[in-house]
Amino acid sequence: MNAPSAAPEASTAGAPPRAEGRPARGQRQFRELGVLLAVAILIFATWLYNPGFLSSQGVHDLFLGATVLSVLAVGQALVLITRNVDLSVGSVMGLSAFGTGILFVTFPGLPVPVVMLAGVLIGLVCGLLNGLLVTTARVPALVVTLGTLYAYRGLNHWWADGGQVNAHDMPDAFLLLGSFSVLGVPLPAAIAIAVVAAVGFYLARYRSGRELYAIGSNADAARLSGIPAARRVALAFAANGALAGLAGVLFAARYGTVDSTVGTGMELQVVAAAVVGGVAIAGGVGTVYGAALGAVLLTTITAALPIWQINQFWHQAVVGALILAAIGLDRLLALRTARKLRGGGARGA
Amino acid sequence: MDPAEVPPPLALVDVTKSFGSVRALRGLSLELRSGEIHAMVGENGAGKSTLVKVIAGVHRPDGGQVLVDGRPTEFAAPVDAQRAGVAVIYQEPTLFPDLSVAENIFVGRQPRTRLRTIDRGRMRRDTEEVFTRLGVHMDPDRPARGLSIADQQLVEIAKALTRQARVLVMDEPTAALSGVEAERLFTVARTLRDSGAALLFISHRFDEVFSLCDRITVVRDGAFVSCDPTTELDVDTVVRRMVGRDVSSLYPKEDAEHGETVLEVDGLTRHGVFADVSFEVRAGEIVALAGLVGAGRSEVIRAVFGVDRYDAGTVRVEGRPLPPGRPKAAMDAGVALVPEDRRQQGLVMESSIERNATATRRGPLSRLGLLRRRTERDSAREWGERLNLKFGGLTDSVSTLSGGNQQKVVLAKWLSTEPRVLFVDEPTRGIDVGTKAEVHRLLSTLAGQGLAIVMVSSELPEVLGMADRVLVMHEGRVTAELDRDEADEESVMYAATGQRPSEAA
Ligand SMILES: Nc1ncnc2c1ncn2[C@@H]1O[C@H](COP(=O)(O)OP(=O)(O)OP(=O)(O)O)[C@@H](O)[C@H]1O
Ligand SMILES: [Mg+2]
Repeated sequence: MNAPSAAPEASTAGAPPRAEGRPARGQRQFRELGVLLAVAILIFATWLYNPGFLSSQGVHDLFLGATVLSVLAVGQALVLITRNVDLSVGSVMGLSAFGTGILFVTFPGLPVPVVMLAGVLIGLVCGLLNGLLVTTARVPALVVTLGTLYAYRGLNHWWADGGQVNAHDMPDAFLLLGSFSVLGVPLPAAIAIAVVAAVGFYLARYRSGRELYAIGSNADAARLSGIPAARRVALAFAANGALAGLAGVLFAARYGTVDSTVGTGMELQVVAAAVVGGVAIAGGVGTVYGAALGAVLLTTITAALPIWQINQFWHQAVVGALILAAIGLDRLLALRTARKLRGGGARGA
Repeated sequence: MDPAEVPPPLALVDVTKSFGSVRALRGLSLELRSGEIHAMVGENGAGKSTLVKVIAGVHRPDGGQVLVDGRPTEFAAPVDAQRAGVAVIYQEPTLFPDLSVAENIFVGRQPRTRLRTIDRGRMRRDTEEVFTRLGVHMDPDRPARGLSIADQQLVEIAKALTRQARVLVMDEPTAALSGVEAERLFTVARTLRDSGAALLFISHRFDEVFSLCDRITVVRDGAFVSCDPTTELDVDTVVRRMVGRDVSSLYPKEDAEHGETVLEVDGLTRHGVFADVSFEVRAGEIVALAGLVGAGRSEVIRAVFGVDRYDAGTVRVEGRPLPPGRPKAAMDAGVALVPEDRRQQGLVMESSIERNATATRRGPLSRLGLLRRRTERDSAREWGERLNLKFGGLTDSVSTLSGGNQQKVVLAKWLSTEPRVLFVDEPTRGIDVGTKAEVHRLLSTLAGQGLAIVMVSSELPEVLGMADRVLVMHEGRVTAELDRDEADEESVMYAATGQRPSEAA
């Protein structure tokens, strides 16, 4: 032995001179609170500027506007956490929205819930296909989903053949979904909130949810720990697809008119929302609460700019600046955490 | 029952495994019996870790059999091995930096409530319990990111212990630990053995192997050499079988002329990490920083080199103050640092061996800004020979090297810069006896040529054998400064554990 085996124990109780702290969880919450605060300040300031912003109609619009984007952002967060990305969500959402509409046209007698479910299923299938391509072909998700972005969109164009589905083709019960409110909260928004809460709970409290973080954090280690990484990733893609499908259904219910271009360009907004909300592109970090809040922030900005009479052209610049700020902030916090953590390691004795 | 009749929980028969042209295992057999701690020793690159990965289900053997309870079994993936009751501590820690320490330990098998949600409270308590058994003070809720190598190793150990496996395989678990932590691990290992588990222990430290293990298997070049009860062996025999020749003196420290003071560190303080650290190093002198894991040794040299910041104090090299927080300035002043964590800080794992070995000297090796391939290769080859590097080809990626051989590449990378002051953090972590002597000889020669060396080492024999002076740290403070003739096991250990003040010596 290179140590006297009667290892002296007495000293170990002495308080080591170190800064204690639990930066990890605290910091993450800090991030979500930050986004929430930004939303609150923006809404408050805009309201001061023009109280019409918070008229009941204004609130209603705000809720509805954020709904589709947050549902998509929640799904995207699932995928980003595993260190993948899904660029096809806009196309999947479009396909599901159009599919929902066309089902009403072709089978007018079909009950509304069945059609809605079918819309979600379309998304699920598209997402599962993405997942299987990524995990079996071992091609980076960026490339695969860039391909399916165009493939799904092309399919949609071919299916629609230049046509569109109008509101009068859809049953009133379905369209009512878009305007129905419970306690002042529009039903779609209530659905979105339920989705966020459910997925958030799943990610935090279930083994398979935590394993998504593990996979994104260190894929090799995940394999060594016996985590079925391919299956988990494929399912994350499938879930994301299903949520994109749900977003498509909600979109159809709200606007009533759908053609084959629904959701075009949506993918970048979705990724932006997730990143602003603290979900790291590099995987392993972030929550769906953050992603949803990011979506709310982006929507609020979109709604507030016209009230401030700021040219819409600035919109993209503002979003861009926000993303850079978010990434910069992350970097800064990461450095600070690293510094703190290095100080407060373990005491091996 | 007669133990001979019970089939061993795990046995390997004639296992072979090749990576391209490298034959890592050529017919190795091994039997792990219940209630026994089995040691495996061999040079760097002998195939120990490859064997571990076969047992773990990471690699599938090309030939031969894995027997579980006497029955031939195929481990297609790590899960299969885990299901068969095998737990493995890998040589290189494989943690999830973004997950908490507790989650790292229990990932994939977190305790659950009746609703199948994770029982965080229990996970936390279980983590604390295993840490108490190991004598570790670590917050279960902190993320694994930023843990020192030793702490990562401890988390890995905790992970394996909580699996309550029938077969526990430990690939150099103590390489970054000091005697006290290692001894705690051994206590736990002995308890496991006595409760009937089969253990495999791999280490380059013979004192550990001999005090802990019941039988010792020696491997060389991927082949079985011998397997005998420890009581029938001695260190020299084992070393001879391992290396295939006699390794005469393990620590050939030559006396060197001590010249001018080259490095002066005065009152260095970083709140919460270390306080008021002062020392001087003269040309030709080797100063060792000893202490327990987490005593702040690595942190001190990282701060001096400028990788970490510090709150107070000064650093001077050859009389000129070194600006804090600027590694580049330190390098320009002739300071080099061989870091503790080779995978994170020392190497670019996917890059070639020659690229890594010469990464610090792009300047001198290039002409007109272009790197000269020939010079790069020649230089890498020369260092490879000096350090007995075992590799397929110089253009292979570093990640294919065995752990000890990776360490040699890191050493080559920094030693070849011909610095004035050299900081080495665990210079021989994972390096085998033969090469260890070579590294020590090298350090000693460099000191003889007037280099000032500051060495952090958790291996007491290395500290005592190599150092002209030993600074012992305890919880962020220097508790003793011992000259070569006053430093012995006792005086260093007392100071390291803060038991007696420095007059202990
Ligand atoms: N993935 C791989 N690809 C190519 N060669 C490999 C790979 N893994 C191991 N090797 C080679 O196989 C041989 C045995 O390596 P191994 O890691 O088993 O050695 P070891 O006995 O554990 O050594 P150490 O004491 O240094 O840890 C080495 O020559 C190594 O370069
Ligand atoms: Mg090894």
